[in-house]
Amino acid sequence: MASTTTAAPVPGTSTTVGGRSQRNVKTLPLVAPSVVILFLWMIVPLAMTLWFSFQYYNLLDPTVGGFAGFENYTFLLTDPSLWTAMINTIFLVFWVLVITVGLGTLLAVLFDQDFYGRSIARLLAIAPFFVMPTVSALVWKNMLMHPVNGLFAFFTRSLGLPAIDFFGSFPLTSVIIIVAWQWLPFALLILLTAIQSLDSEQKEAARMDGAGPFSMFFFIILPHLGRAISVVIMIETIFLLSVFAEIYVTTSGGPGLASTNLAFLIYLRALREYDVGGASAAGVIAVILANIVAVFLVRSIAKNIAD
Amino acid sequence: MHPKTRERLVLTVVGWLAAGLIFFPIFWMILTSFKTEVEAVATPPQLFFTPTLENYITVRERADYVHFAINSIVISVGATLLATLIAVPAAYAMAFFPGKRTKDLLLWMLSTKMMPAVGVLIPIYLLFRDTGAIDTRWGLIVVYTLMNLPIVVWMLYTFFKEVPKDILEAGRMDGAKPKQEVWMLLLPLSLPGIASTALLSIILCWNEAFWSLNLTTSEAAPLTTFIASFSAPEGLFWAKLSAASTIAIAPILVFGWMSQRQLVRGLTFGAVK
Amino acid sequence: MSTIVLKGIQKNYGAVQVIKGIDLSIDDREFCVFVGPSGCGKSTLLRMIAGLEEITAGDLMIDGQRINDVPPSERGLAMVFQSYALYPHMSVADNMGFSLRLAGVPKEERRAKVAEAARILHLDNLLDRKPKELSGGQRQRVAIGRAIVRKPKVFLFDEPLSNLDASLRVQMRIELARLHDELAATMIYVTHDQIEAMTMADKIVVLQSGIVEQAGTPLELYHHPRNQFVAGFIGSPKMNFLPAKVTAVTDTATTIALPSGASLDIPVRAGGQKVGYAVTLGVRPEHMRLAGEGELLGEVMVVERLGGETFLYTQLNDGTMLIVQADGEIPTGVHERISIKLDPAACHLFDGEGLAIERMERHPLANLRRLPTRKAS
Ligand SMILES: Nc1ncnc2c1ncn2[C@@H]1O[C@H](COP(=O)(O)OP(=O)(O)O)[C@@H](O)[C@H]1O
Ligand SMILES: [Mg+2]
Repeated sequence: MASTTTAAPVPGTSTTVGGRSQRNVKTLPLVAPSVVILFLWMIVPLAMTLWFSFQYYNLLDPTVGGFAGFENYTFLLTDPSLWTAMINTIFLVFWVLVITVGLGTLLAVLFDQDFYGRSIARLLAIAPFFVMPTVSALVWKNMLMHPVNGLFAFFTRSLGLPAIDFFGSFPLTSVIIIVAWQWLPFALLILLTAIQSLDSEQKEAARMDGAGPFSMFFFIILPHLGRAISVVIMIETIFLLSVFAEIYVTTSGGPGLASTNLAFLIYLRALREYDVGGASAAGVIAVILANIVAVFLVRSIAKNIAD
Repeated sequence: MHPKTRERLVLTVVGWLAAGLIFFPIFWMILTSFKTEVEAVATPPQLFFTPTLENYITVRERADYVHFAINSIVISVGATLLATLIAVPAAYAMAFFPGKRTKDLLLWMLSTKMMPAVGVLIPIYLLFRDTGAIDTRWGLIVVYTLMNLPIVVWMLYTFFKEVPKDILEAGRMDGAKPKQEVWMLLLPLSLPGIASTALLSIILCWNEAFWSLNLTTSEAAPLTTFIASFSAPEGLFWAKLSAASTIAIAPILVFGWMSQRQLVRGLTFGAVK
Repeated sequence: MSTIVLKGIQKNYGAVQVIKGIDLSIDDREFCVFVGPSGCGKSTLLRMIAGLEEITAGDLMIDGQRINDVPPSERGLAMVFQSYALYPHMSVADNMGFSLRLAGVPKEERRAKVAEAARILHLDNLLDRKPKELSGGQRQRVAIGRAIVRKPKVFLFDEPLSNLDASLRVQMRIELARLHDELAATMIYVTHDQIEAMTMADKIVVLQSGIVEQAGTPLELYHHPRNQFVAGFIGSPKMNFLPAKVTAVTDTATTIALPSGASLDIPVRAGGQKVGYAVTLGVRPEHMRLAGEGELLGEVMVVERLGGETFLYTQLNDGTMLIVQADGEIPTGVHERISIKLDPAACHLFDGEGLAIERMERHPLANLRRLPTRKAS
């Protein structure tokens, strides 16, 4: 949500007028407000976080204080919880992407077909996108995945199987399911629009060439979806890296650290252990991770969409 | 039966099944909101029961829904207007006078969204406390504006790029000053795009929970805070929680459904021409 | 009065130079056409004159004043875009009146001026429509109307007819010529179509890769092309080029030998040509005829019958292709062998660098202007 990336271009110098068209428009004053306030929004908290990360600073114990050097970092980096949280973060992003893009593509193909009441069915299918993350997490946790009173527990029991304790036994998987449910409509909408934008003459030509439904999907539709899939991955990644409410509401990161991602780890440090110094160090590490993702993933994908 | 018709029937069944599965959690929540607390946790789950409005009445008594809803509306719309106002000039400059590093700048803006908010919660909290912005609508408006600005700039940029350059140049030949060019040509021409950008921004603001929970308590608290006040005693009052959730998401769900065609255009972020 | 003078105009995009120093002067009320292959810089040059593109180097003068840094709307010009660039959210009347509205012209006066332009262009009963409710030709007219309303000193057109179908194109061509006469304004017109250039221009400027190959009246370019490029570009079908050798040089003609062995006396000044030099013979399809004792022999490969005339695509004995224009009544069929006679007086010679060797006599019509010069009203 908030600040990040030291890999940014220096904002002031990057708004030179391009050679496309002459006009006495100074672009700097136009771009400056956005850049400056985003820059402040990024740099001020980041500087403060950076500062705190080198301090002993515990909200519960005002007696400790002063310069900590790299102690917060060494403590954090030698603490296995950081690595667990990082792996969980990546795991969550990866699987939600796989599920939403995979299912989203199939659903998009389905909703591209003409059937009775399609537009109503489509409205139902996109509904999760409009639901608050807190609400959807609460609904899934209490009414669906609850080990005693949940609907899933009822189904498994009716089949004579023991009820699954979702959040106890598969905490991260459960969180992934909930988050994927929320983001599936987004993938569906974009991919559906992309499929519908496919030139119908191209489809007809393929049909004339004897393409059946499967070759149509793999040789015509899927290649056409490339850009749209890039967009889905890019936008979802931005939001998935900072998933918080769903974890907060369902598992509180547990059991142990089994479903703690970086965002939640920082929260645990800062607001549960009142260790501002440690939390800030984790925050700095999260910024660095965000940068790495920004550089490697988003850039390579976004370059080809920005055209 | 004609094979085409049969195919269509099969598709209808499959399509509705898929839609029904996806929508089911929401349906179940709405259903639960009309049950008594006992029915809500009953085994086997009750599909048929005598609906009651009792939960909605209790929810109304416990919290002033209208107050939270108005906060949600004011904050979402306010932040969206502010973000659009700041983003239009930037997107205009980037789309029509691109520099060598315009793309880098855009990507940098987007990347500011990747950092988890918790990482900077403490500094922001301290800044808000010192400036008296805690629990104020404008405080949250500022945060949401900043939160959505990169997405708004990006979306407007992609829409502006679709506006034929010739038309703006014709305007320039006709004597339009930059401001007139934007107001009289660019904005009317990209109105659908601006609308869908604003829609997405409103939805994102409406559903944001982290900042609203941490930076507001009562005066400026939006519906996300309203929900949180019902979720504390876990699982005990499912029916009431469902009722509260239903009225919290109902406005944005209806709004989203009504405007979905608009919204879809914008969501593609320029990936679909 | 509005004369336009370009002095050493250049345009760079980054390190790439697309306009490489252009000197040109366009007279008052002249219809000047920039023509050249796609990508040669026509639009760029026009847009620099319009003020939409920055001028990297050189001076642009209108009526003796340097206007390099004057904003587009203050240069007193109007432009018609290839895509028409109509404002889609405005009615036809609003489209045409937009510049007046921006200039703060009162509503009544605006309406009168728009009505006047609409009358000239026969748009009277379309004034309330939106651009998307118009046909291509009507949109084109609105775009022109938008330009007329401003009463500019100079009209700029960037391939305005290229989005119209063939018959409409011919009709609009005539209408533009009529308009030029009626408005008595200077017009600069960009096209890649040499027929448009030939039919409309007072002056044609042939551009290639950012330089002017030649500027002159249509018939000057047709009869006295400065080089092989202009010779090939002007005229349809294209001029034929054949390799030849100089065999004799006299005061009245240069004698050349063709590979077939035939010999021709071309009435050009020898210049620096000496016996034995390799030259290129240029001859237009319309300057050849079928005759028993012709200089060239070949086999007809394709026959294009247009009714009034017939084009024979002929393969000569040495393999080169030649286009020959013949009478529409001729019965010649594919694979027939024909003998072709050239008209030496209409032949062109080009030296080793592709430059034309000067002709003995200037064509009597070479300086003819398309429109009679008349006094400014
Ligand atoms: N904005 C630009 N940046 C870089 N090169 C350009 C730009 N606009 C045009 N060019 C190049 O300049 C040359 C001339 O273009 P143009 O004037 O549009 O040609 P045309 O004669 O077809 O109108 C082309 O090679 C084109 O690629
Ligand atoms: Mg062009």
